[in-house]
Amino acid sequence: MAQTPSSEARAGLKLISPPALYAILMLAAPLATVLVYSVLTGERGRVSLPLTLENYYDLVTRPVYSALMFRSLTVSFFVTAATVLLAYPIAYFVSFHVAPSRKALWLFLITIPFWTSYIIRVALWRTILGYDGIFDSVVMGLGITDTQPNILSNGVLSIIITLAHAYAPFAVLPIFVSLEKVDRSLLEAGQDLGESRLMTFLRVTLPLSLPGVVAAVLIVFIPTVGDYVTPELIGGGKTPMIANLMEVAMLKQRDQALGSAIAVAAMTIVALISVFFVLWNKRYLGGRK
Amino acid sequence: MKQGTGLGVYAVIYLVFLYAPILILPVFALNDSQVVAFPLKGFTTRWFGEMWADANLRSALLRSLVIAFSTATIATILGLFAARASVRYRFPGKPAAMGLIMLPMVLPDIVVAMALLIVLLSLSVPLSMLTIIMGHVLLCMPFAVAILTSAFQSLDRSLEEAALDLGESRAATFRLIILPLVMPGIIASFLICFTISIDEFVLANFLGSGKPVLSVYIFGQFRFPAKVPSMLALGTLLVLFSIILLGIAEYFRRRGVAKAGGKDSGGFL
Repeated sequence: MAQTPSSEARAGLKLISPPALYAILMLAAPLATVLVYSVLTGERGRVSLPLTLENYYDLVTRPVYSALMFRSLTVSFFVTAATVLLAYPIAYFVSFHVAPSRKALWLFLITIPFWTSYIIRVALWRTILGYDGIFDSVVMGLGITDTQPNILSNGVLSIIITLAHAYAPFAVLPIFVSLEKVDRSLLEAGQDLGESRLMTFLRVTLPLSLPGVVAAVLIVFIPTVGDYVTPELIGGGKTPMIANLMEVAMLKQRDQALGSAIAVAAMTIVALISVFFVLWNKRYLGGRK
Repeated sequence: MKQGTGLGVYAVIYLVFLYAPILILPVFALNDSQVVAFPLKGFTTRWFGEMWADANLRSALLRSLVIAFSTATIATILGLFAARASVRYRFPGKPAAMGLIMLPMVLPDIVVAMALLIVLLSLSVPLSMLTIIMGHVLLCMPFAVAILTSAFQSLDRSLEEAALDLGESRAATFRLIILPLVMPGIIASFLICFTISIDEFVLANFLGSGKPVLSVYIFGQFRFPAKVPSMLALGTLLVLFSIILLGIAEYFRRRGVAKAGGKDSGGFL
């Protein structure tokens, strides 16, 4: 087509500008505001100068913040481990053992629960796991125990179960995509050269699918650290995580500066962990096209 | 395939685990007891009646529908721009722009909600349905872009060039050739955004005024044990509704892929 690079660039920029402007105004600018607020002094719903590190000093010195941050990270760690480990065999099954014409149907089936009301799913887990709830009545009906296990009384465990269930499809999809890209002839080559099926999997398939695993880990880990609804509904607010603390600071104490500092600190920690994780897996990422 | 069978059994168990809560929903929505536990007490439809008689719920539903419709429309239009630009053109700053647009997909909702909220408060913008729509568009745009990008990718560029060569203007080519071909993607994107917006809670809670939307209303009701069965009845209907919408979305997405002559490589995202 008779298009010079600069006119192509101009056409592209013109097209991207409405959504990009929207994202800048509604996301980038607010995030920048949070960053600025976090070094101001907040009181009764207002913020004021001078610049201060007081908020961050509070976060470091008051044990409640590090305790809840640690709890959020622990929950996310277990949720991520559970979802990715449980999802890998499914992604492998759909990629390697399902006829190509039926793969889309399987993926559709796996993603449907994700699209149904999260509030209702969380509340259902509460009724399933609660005292004399469905889990208790099934377990006792089968005669496995005499007393109600009442998993709900263990706030962290209930939150982990609920979140792992909610994020399951999120982990399957990226792993599936990377498994689909694995060149099948490499596997045949491995086996022709005398490797067992297991060794072929460990030495060829698994390393080649690691970019998908890394993507799955990040896509589950990052949002779950900041999950707000699950602790609120499952624990009835008795097992708060860092996001609930953010809400309390912002809306209940009306200290927007402190709330912003919590948000910035939490996101920084999550970003650092994510970057380290990606670097740690670097040799498996990139390189090949 | 021998070693496939073990995995197959696992896959079925996994699906059962995924669907367990959703399958439990209608069972207890139709159970004649206020307590959500086995053994079942008997069949009743009264929870559905009780749910429908709730005027607050009906007005919350109406608000949610208005918000979801507006959100889906705006997010899909913005998504069209972004997807078209990303697939068809090279321009400076593209990775940054696309990264920013897709960012809400991984950012925790609470961070997006809080950031928007402090800006709205500092500008003294009153919270309303409009502010919820503003937030929901941000949240839905990445999904719209993902779906529409695959729709544009499967588009054969020579069709567009042929139309231009035959003397059609750029605008007419877009309207007559490209738009009909990506229409299934547009419909899929609209339906997905609609579903996300109806279900979304965190932004709706923080960016809304005192008048609750459906998800916020449900959240509040779950504090009262007596309301749980009628919320399960509502949940049953919502799940059915989402599955129907998603089924339609999936149908259009696949038809779009087939129409453009591509090979179907998987679901949404």
